[in-house]
Amino acid sequence: MGVPAIEIPTVSDPGLDEAVKTLTTERIQEVINRIISKETAARFRTYLNTCVHCGLCSDACHWFLSNDRDPRFSPVGKVKQTLWEILKKKGRVDPYFLRECSRIAHTECNVCRRCSMYCPFGIDIAYLLLVIRRICSECGMVPQFLQDTVNSHAVTLNQMWVKQDEWIDTLQWQEEEMRSEVPTVRIPLDKEGADVFYSVIAPEPKILAQLIGNMALIMTVAGVDWTMPSFDGWDNSNMAMYSGDFEVMGRVERAHHEAALKLRAKRIVMGECGHAFRGAVYDGPRWLGWKEPPVPVIHAVDFYHELIFSGKIKIARKFEEPVTVQEPCNIVRGRGLGQKLREIIQATCADFTPPEPAFEHNYCCGAGGGVINCGPPWKTSRVTGNRVKAEQLAATKAHIVITPCHNCHSGIEDVISVYKLGQHVKFFSEILVDVMEIPDELKAD
Amino acid sequence: MYEFASGPLVWIAFIVFLGGMTFQIVRMVQMAKKDKVIPYMSLKYGLRSLLHWVVPFASKNMRVRYEVTIVTFAFHLCLVLLPIFLTAHVAMFAFAWGARWATVSENLATFMTVLVILGGLFFLVRRLMLPEVRFVTSASDYLLLAIAAAPFVTGFAAHQQWFHYETMVLVHMISGAVMLMAIPFTRLSHMLFFPFTRAYMGSEFGAVRNAKDW
Repeated sequence: MGVPAIEIPTVSDPGLDEAVKTLTTERIQEVINRIISKETAARFRTYLNTCVHCGLCSDACHWFLSNDRDPRFSPVGKVKQTLWEILKKKGRVDPYFLRECSRIAHTECNVCRRCSMYCPFGIDIAYLLLVIRRICSECGMVPQFLQDTVNSHAVTLNQMWVKQDEWIDTLQWQEEEMRSEVPTVRIPLDKEGADVFYSVIAPEPKILAQLIGNMALIMTVAGVDWTMPSFDGWDNSNMAMYSGDFEVMGRVERAHHEAALKLRAKRIVMGECGHAFRGAVYDGPRWLGWKEPPVPVIHAVDFYHELIFSGKIKIARKFEEPVTVQEPCNIVRGRGLGQKLREIIQATCADFTPPEPAFEHNYCCGAGGGVINCGPPWKTSRVTGNRVKAEQLAATKAHIVITPCHNCHSGIEDVISVYKLGQHVKFFSEILVDVMEIPDELKAD
Repeated sequence: MYEFASGPLVWIAFIVFLGGMTFQIVRMVQMAKKDKVIPYMSLKYGLRSLLHWVVPFASKNMRVRYEVTIVTFAFHLCLVLLPIFLTAHVAMFAFAWGARWATVSENLATFMTVLVILGGLFFLVRRLMLPEVRFVTSASDYLLLAIAAAPFVTGFAAHQQWFHYETMVLVHMISGAVMLMAIPFTRLSHMLFFPFTRAYMGSEFGAVRNAKDW
């Protein structure tokens, strides 16, 4: 009914293909009935009974807009193809159908929640897609790359199989690197009672270690009393939250908060990552039955704002190249940090063009919600599913896109390269270390 | 038959309507405890969100889809208010109970009826023409639209003395009763649930996420 003739290409993914071979309809039905009866309640039922199938959520979705308004990519279209079918068949669906559910829920929805701002009833459509992910995960139907990160979380409590000695070694390496510029830079490990417990996502020690060095420099210049843990709980990322493995999600979040509690830190400051913030501030605590996180959690953007506007960090010169910003869903729509993000950019950059639409209405990078973690097999659909982002960035004519989120950073990099926008992405910390004043007494001779 | 439709059927319809609504509310609150949503409900942010979504064009999507906004507001306002303030309805209550309240003029009533019917047609055409709506449409969506529009179509036809008047009035009464009884048990229950889903999302956005949801 109303489906365009264009075929969605079948992507080969061992995580899904192998699950199709081993799953049975009976097993899937058992999982579906268990999840729906035990784990869903008022929101699930009320949303399904309230949705009048009006399609007004469609205009919110970058997948829908970028795929030439193909209804299969609209938020409610995704719910129809997955949840409505499942309910209609009382959970009796075959493994091939569940594979389609995983494709739709894991790889074609960023659970960015823009659609709940367009639904007249405020239905949390992303939540409904997360229920599908939960069912898929319980059935073992998860894209392989995403599942690998979850396996890593389960085994090592970090996302990228980083071992403890590698972690400590990386911190010491970055400390040493930064000492060439400011000899007093320290990354204090396991310091008890510090003002700030700083946590990062595992890709930082693995592939972007200089970001840890940047933060060490910023902390030193600002004179912050801070620490990082040498033990598990240092990784604040959480891909299990997105695969649907909520048991592992809960373990990861508990370890993160307990690490901060163990060191009696006053608050957790986390690096530039959106999903990690969402996991630490609400998805994780809710699963664990905590109304609020036990230790206050501050996102890097909020922290930079505090450092710049309290004068702890002084800006020596402004960044000259034209910049724009990718406003990460999980800290802008998810925490209202849009204004503070603007203020720190304006304080450090001379030529800033805001994106349009902006703030809560900004488009997702297309990578968030675990979608980029589904890996290379899904890259083409992910980038073609975000043409509107390319158009939005091109219209700013900026050279640099500031992306204070790891997923955004990688997602925007892909958008820029595929659509040949000729732009570059930077984390805010890269701008900040470039323009901040380093007092003479701190500088190396 | 007329006696049944204008007497016991009205009672049955209202009892099912009000009883069904109460049942749904109680069930929702019970389930909400299991869902752990109540601690996150915020009166301030819930109302703030509701306010932005009951005022025409106060939210972005209402401005983007302005035609839907205009029709939706006209349709729903007339659909809810007209049955309450229609002279014929008030007269029947006055006749039965002696209670009476303000009524709308005949011309206004006709105008409002036409708006509901045109609104229903708009929704029907939208369902058929827009791919993203047609894709998620099933037979039940047409049925619900028919249930909602039927009392107005039949009421209009009766008033215009089209077809056999007595039969039309009877069909009108039955269709009105059907609509009332359908509200709690079909997706017409958005009438009941809308303030709660909106307030919950408003609370999530406002109190938890410090953001706007309009």
